[in-house]
Order: sequence, then C-alpha cells, then structure tokens
Amino acid sequence: MQQNIDAGADLQVREQDAICVNESRLQHKWYHNIKYLIVGILFGIVFVKAEIISWFRIQEMFRLQSFHMYGVIGSAVVVGMISVWLIRKYNIKTIYGESISISPKKFNKGQVYGGLIFGFGWAITGACPGPLFAQIGTGATVVTITLLSAIAGTWVYGYFREKLPH
Amino acid sequence: MIEILKQPWPWYVAGPLIGLTVPVLLILGNKSFGISSSLRHVCAACMPANIPFFKYDWKKEVWNLLFVAGILLGGVIAVNLLFNPARIEVHPGLVKELAVYGITDYSNLVPVDIMNWQSLFTARGLVMMVGGGFLVGFGTRYAGGCTSGHAIMGLSSLQWPSLVATICFMIGGFTMANFILPFILSL
Repeated sequence: MQQNIDAGADLQVREQDAICVNESRLQHKWYHNIKYLIVGILFGIVFVKAEIISWFRIQEMFRLQSFHMYGVIGSAVVVGMISVWLIRKYNIKTIYGESISISPKKFNKGQVYGGLIFGFGWAITGACPGPLFAQIGTGATVVTITLLSAIAGTWVYGYFREKLPH
Repeated sequence: MIEILKQPWPWYVAGPLIGLTVPVLLILGNKSFGISSSLRHVCAACMPANIPFFKYDWKKEVWNLLFVAGILLGGVIAVNLLFNPARIEVHPGLVKELAVYGITDYSNLVPVDIMNWQSLFTARGLVMMVGGGFLVGFGTRYAGGCTSGHAIMGLSSLQWPSLVATICFMIGGFTMANFILPFILSL
C-alpha cells in the first residue's frame, strides 16, 4: 500500500509541466526500451533528410518564405489525429495488451509565457529540442553547447518554478 | 533507391512519417510523444539538487532518454549513409538577407558561419548558442512541451491548451526572426 502511495506521488511530480508521462503498471526488463531507441533512430533520419533540423528552414518558416515546415508539421498533425482517433474508436491496446491512455493537458499561463520564450529560442537556434540531438549527430559538435545550455535552462526553470506565474 | 533517399525528402513524406511516431509510441508502450522532457530527465538524473521539480524516479522515463539517443544516432546514420553533397537550397530572399551578416556557407544544415567552436567566443555566437539554447530549455519546460509534445502530440489528441502553446511558439518565433534576430546577427 505504502508503495502505491509513493508511486502516485512520484507520478504527480513527473506529470508537472510534461506531456509525455504515462504510468505503466507493467514492469519490463531494460532491453524492452531498445525499441524506443530504434524508433528514435528512424525519427532522427527523417529529421535530417527532410531538413527539419536546418536552421535555414526554420528561418524560412518564420519569414513565410517556404511552405516546407508548415507542410511537415501540418501533415504530421493530420496523421497523428487520425491515428489517435482510430486508437480511441477501436480501443486499440499496446503490444503488451495494456489499454492506451492519453492524459489530458490542463491550461496554465505557462503555455503562453513559456511558449513565447521557446518561440524566441527556436528562431535563434533554428532548432527545437529534438533537432538539437540530430544536429549533434550530423557532426555539428558545437551544438552540444546549445544542448547543455538548454538543459541548464530547464534546470533554472525547475529552480524558480514556484515563483513563476502559472 | 538509395540515390532517391539521398535527396532531401519532401514534406509530404516526412510529415506523415513524423505523425506516425504518435501511434507507434502509444502502441509500443503507451508512451506519449514528447522530446523536451528528456532535458528534464537529465536534470533529475544528474543534478536534482533537492529541487521538488526534479525529485522523481527518472528511471521510469528512461525510454525517453533512449528515444533522444536514437535521434542523435539517426543523425549520424543520415549523414554517413545518406549524405547529399549538394548545396542546401534556400529561398533567394533569405540568401540575400543573410549575406548582409556574412552568412554565405550553405554546405551544412547548421550554419557553419554562425555555429562553430571559434564563434562561441564571440558575442554573436555566445548569444545565439548559449542564450538561444537557454531559452529553448527554459521555455519548453515552462510551456510544458515543445513542438513534438504540444504541436504534434497535443494537437493530435485535440487538446486546446496545446493549440494555445503552439500559437505562442509561432508568435515568439515570428517576433524573434523578423524583429530581434537582425540585431543579434549584426553583433
């Protein structure tokens, strides 16, 4: 019982300001996580080959000089929407037979303030967090500094979180 | 086939593939697509410093760290096996604008003229890499997600707070790129 309460409290902390949290009651050996590495690899290849990690593409997007990024994000959202709709409609389960749940997102002012701040950073670095990793992979080693700085930014947010408007 | 793969992929191929990541992660293990959380897990793993926001069992989110490690490896594979030596094609208007700031190298997706180890010690490089990176890390966590978590996962599951966040990403980006970045590039 005590363990359940601890796990619940732990989930509550992990859920703060996060979208990708889902508690699973199933326990797996570590190598089950390798499948996420493989999905990541495929995803990274798409990132590079479709030039989503290109600083220039991001500049074009914010100057309305190219449809490319709008096409990528727009078609990704459409495919994602249809997929989520199908998963919900047919109550599709995970490969382990667990039911799929998507935790609802609550609105807070952080989505506005944080959103604007991230927008500033996105236009400067030409990269959101995913592309930072892929850029380093393509050999732009200096981007590790940008990534470390992003980790520092996350840490500073965590430090001041209670004092910031939400 | 491999020659076609080496060309830049069009949006109507890349977008749907990225969209498919959403159901793939859900079906593989009930995971919601998101990337910026990995930065938080690194904080929780390496320097939680007794901050409540980082006091959680990060090992439960190891999948997310492996996912981003995969993205990095994907970058290595793409550049080694599917390398396209052609100059990157960019809108002529942008080429003209960037030339003013001495940005003329289009050999790499990451602009070599701005982002290199030497320029890290110039005002422009420092603001763009260290400052920009900081804003990305601080802003995504404050917003509760980045382009993947909010714009793709959030919109796919019809969550209106994610639409608010996505609109703010775009407003911030437009403002920075058009009104503030010119000053930073002139540094």
